[in-house]
Amino acid sequence: MEVHSGIEPMIHLTLFLLFGGICVAGAVNLLAQRHPINSALSLVVVMGSLAGEYLLLGAEFVAAIQVIIYAGAIMVLFVFVIMLLNAGEEERTGGSRVALLFGVPGMLIGTVLMAWVLLERSGTQAVSMGALPGPPKTIGWLLFHDFLLPFEVTSVLVLIAIMGAVVLASHPESVQQRNKER
Amino acid sequence: MVPLSYYLILSGILFACGVTGFLIKRNIITIFLSIELMLNGANLSFVAFAAQWHALSGQVFVFFVMVVAAAEAAVGLAIIIAVFRTRETLNVDRVNLLKL
Repeated sequence: MEVHSGIEPMIHLTLFLLFGGICVAGAVNLLAQRHPINSALSLVVVMGSLAGEYLLLGAEFVAAIQVIIYAGAIMVLFVFVIMLLNAGEEERTGGSRVALLFGVPGMLIGTVLMAWVLLERSGTQAVSMGALPGPPKTIGWLLFHDFLLPFEVTSVLVLIAIMGAVVLASHPESVQQRNKER
Repeated sequence: MVPLSYYLILSGILFACGVTGFLIKRNIITIFLSIELMLNGANLSFVAFAAQWHALSGQVFVFFVMVVAAAEAAVGLAIIIAVFRTRETLNVDRVNLLKL
């Protein structure tokens, strides 16, 4: 990359803050929206900007997979179910007042404390832009050598998930009807 | 140069948003979306640590997390459809029995 060495860290930080800002805005929007389809679409925004963060970290293959599988396949499944169930606006029921009084400040304090500890204690090691080239070839080699057993176990997991989804989502009456006809 | 801690803080914020959504949301589909948000926050710290320690195994673990998320989404959405068929509602306050 033909970038002056003094400018590159600034570009990196700017891009990180840009994608991170979009990410956090999407996550907060997910909480603020009342209609599930709006929440689902803001989650797509979060996943897209996370793919940008992965690119900054040099994980190109993970970024591509993030867009294709997460933002593509899984979110389409969610959107289809939202449309299938004709999900309307969420009805707000009165939450607990104690949770509001202690939960929100507690979460804020926890987040600030975590950020402080990370900034103070994790040293000054920095991740440079595209620090670790993760070519698909190396990842594939790792997946089929060092992680062969977990890889095969996930295939069983996916098979079980498919069968579970088919059994759970099938209409009980139609199954009984079919059994009677037999 | 962005310090590793920035990535970890972003991942922590995403995870905290997911936990908050899981606790305050009343729509079962939005609760599911919050779980996906938590998984994404965990993935970001995996990739950040992989870049920090120059170890590609962190990226391979992200794939396993994605497979588990896909399986979980398929089964979970099937359960949501089954619950909706019997209860006619997506509000978790109305779904207080495991019995279908």
